[in-house]
Amino acid sequence: MDPTVSSESGIPLAPSYGPADLPPAESIPPPGVFPFTRGNFPDGYRGRPWTIRQYSGFGTAEESNERYRYLLGQGATGLSVAFDLPTQCGYDSDHPDVEEEVGRVGVAIDTLADAEILFGQIPLDAISTSFTINGTAAIILAFYVAVGEKQGVDRAKLRGTIQNDILKEYVSRGTWIWPPRPSLRLIADTIEFCADEIPRFNAISVAGAHFRDAGANAAQEMAFTLMDGMTYCEEVVRRGRMTIDQFAPQVSFFFYTHGDFFEEIAKYRAGRRRWARIVRERFGAKDDRSCMFRVGCVAGGASLHAPQARNNIVRVAYEALASVLGGVQSMFTAAWDEPFAIPSEDSATLALRTQQVLAHETGVTRVADPLGGSYFVEALTDAVEGRVVEIMDDLERVGGMVKAIEDGYLQRLISEEAFRVEQAMRSAERSIVGVNKFRVDEDQPEIDGYELDEKGRTRQLERLAEVKRSRSAVDVRTTLSALATAADRDDDNLMPYLVDCAKAYCTVGEMVDVLKERWGEFQQPVVF
Amino acid sequence: MPVRVLVAKPGLDGHDRGAKLVARTLRDAGFEVIYLGIRQRPESIAAVALQEDVEIVGLSLLSGAHVALTQKTAEALRAAGADDVLLVVGGTIPRRDVPRLEAAGAAAVYPTGTPLETLVDSLRALSGTLQTSS
Repeated sequence: MDPTVSSESGIPLAPSYGPADLPPAESIPPPGVFPFTRGNFPDGYRGRPWTIRQYSGFGTAEESNERYRYLLGQGATGLSVAFDLPTQCGYDSDHPDVEEEVGRVGVAIDTLADAEILFGQIPLDAISTSFTINGTAAIILAFYVAVGEKQGVDRAKLRGTIQNDILKEYVSRGTWIWPPRPSLRLIADTIEFCADEIPRFNAISVAGAHFRDAGANAAQEMAFTLMDGMTYCEEVVRRGRMTIDQFAPQVSFFFYTHGDFFEEIAKYRAGRRRWARIVRERFGAKDDRSCMFRVGCVAGGASLHAPQARNNIVRVAYEALASVLGGVQSMFTAAWDEPFAIPSEDSATLALRTQQVLAHETGVTRVADPLGGSYFVEALTDAVEGRVVEIMDDLERVGGMVKAIEDGYLQRLISEEAFRVEQAMRSAERSIVGVNKFRVDEDQPEIDGYELDEKGRTRQLERLAEVKRSRSAVDVRTTLSALATAADRDDDNLMPYLVDCAKAYCTVGEMVDVLKERWGEFQQPVVF
Repeated sequence: MPVRVLVAKPGLDGHDRGAKLVARTLRDAGFEVIYLGIRQRPESIAAVALQEDVEIVGLSLLSGAHVALTQKTAEALRAAGADDVLLVVGGTIPRRDVPRLEAAGAAAVYPTGTPLETLVDSLRALSGTLQTSS
């Protein structure tokens, strides 16, 4: 085999594949049958089209609410909320260190008052909402439950997902607050709470996407993510209050789809099969629903490039197609101008249309897993799974995910791969049109990206001050102190206390600080 | 004497792929690199710049808060008495903001898509002017 031809994660590829490359028939049963290599459902997208879920949210709750209602009016079928960094890292908008970041990359949420505006005139029992939030996920979930109550929507009817995956934040995205161990406890609390009270809500979306964007290849992305998923499941099971079948159906996953078309398809198929086996064999799940690998994805991210930026439209379309052929349950297609700024309304709409054309014009939804049985796709699925298992074994050998993160081991694996890819692009060993092939001299395009409205921040600060003035100081004190007491008891679930704090209009920062006093803060290992 | 460079990410943005690639590329190109990591306050960046006696401070910003944070870092460097340190900025930076960053105190700006060779050459040229002038 020519060793110079390989997939992006380094899997050697033959010039062609044939019947001898197919795995035994029992490892690829029909769609809807364990281990779900060919998809979770027998009828693929016929019965359940994927959710078109565009990530957006900016400035203030009012502006974001307007954009959500616009997107829903244009046919989006779910919301995806982007938060600003202070909200993600647990700082209130009036914290002196964060003033320039308020409302910058997403919406600022300080108290329940902001959440009420964010979801104004949007019936929470009729949509599903995805929250890209991790450090403060439990608090945002508490806000969502409280807004639902105010709208008269029963908890059991709320649908959506909180990302709630802190492990990858320590490695790649950086919105950590507390150290890993107490953070795992809070995540296990949210998983139990969702299983008990919000059965249609995904308590966690274990995200490989950020490993990928930080530099990991497709096989690493899948392996690291499955390891994280296992770590969370182990934490819940270890506490002994719940069996795997009680919560596993509410665990979901999230990835980036990048440019290697067939490897991406194989990645999703391999991930589904591996997760199904882990949940059944390692955790002893009896229910098939527990073993299903539910996946959302983004087409775009680090696979997009600044030179000849409009080429990104084409990249995203191919990536979207690969995602669907891989059988994802929801998708966000990125806008072409993302390398420069937060997308404009025009570019964001074009990204939405890219998925709609795929869903409604190409016919790819008519037959489940159309590539099933392809000599090449099945062989590549096996090869990716093999690589994933090797990487997972290595991480187990170094002591598991928390240890690998605390030691900076995982960070180093990712930087190494990012550096390797950068070198491959510089030497043109990896071709990128417009970057190292078919280059033209051009100026960076003038783009009319979103400009932060300074008035938005002022309004946010005024609202926060007003909430602090008008809320009951006694309720704030009582609920925060109950939270503190509960945090000191390992066997208590913090979610009901957070819901009480939310309803008393405590701020995100106040709740975070109560827990910081007890748990401390994460210290980053610096590795490059 | 190798040129000493401090690479840091101010503010809350945690996307550090670019900062790490730059740190490593500069190291391989013969610079002495100190990488400070993410979520650094401008005052801490200035304090380390002074303490480590660096010639160049490189900020990486992908959050859109580049103008304000560059300004704050420049101010912090001045306040720490490190105004001879060259401040350079890279990241997700729209073209319209380049003059604003220069006005805020950036000696050079490297927006998304800047080839690493260009960055290395530019820093070599900048540190050359610094050495001849001092």
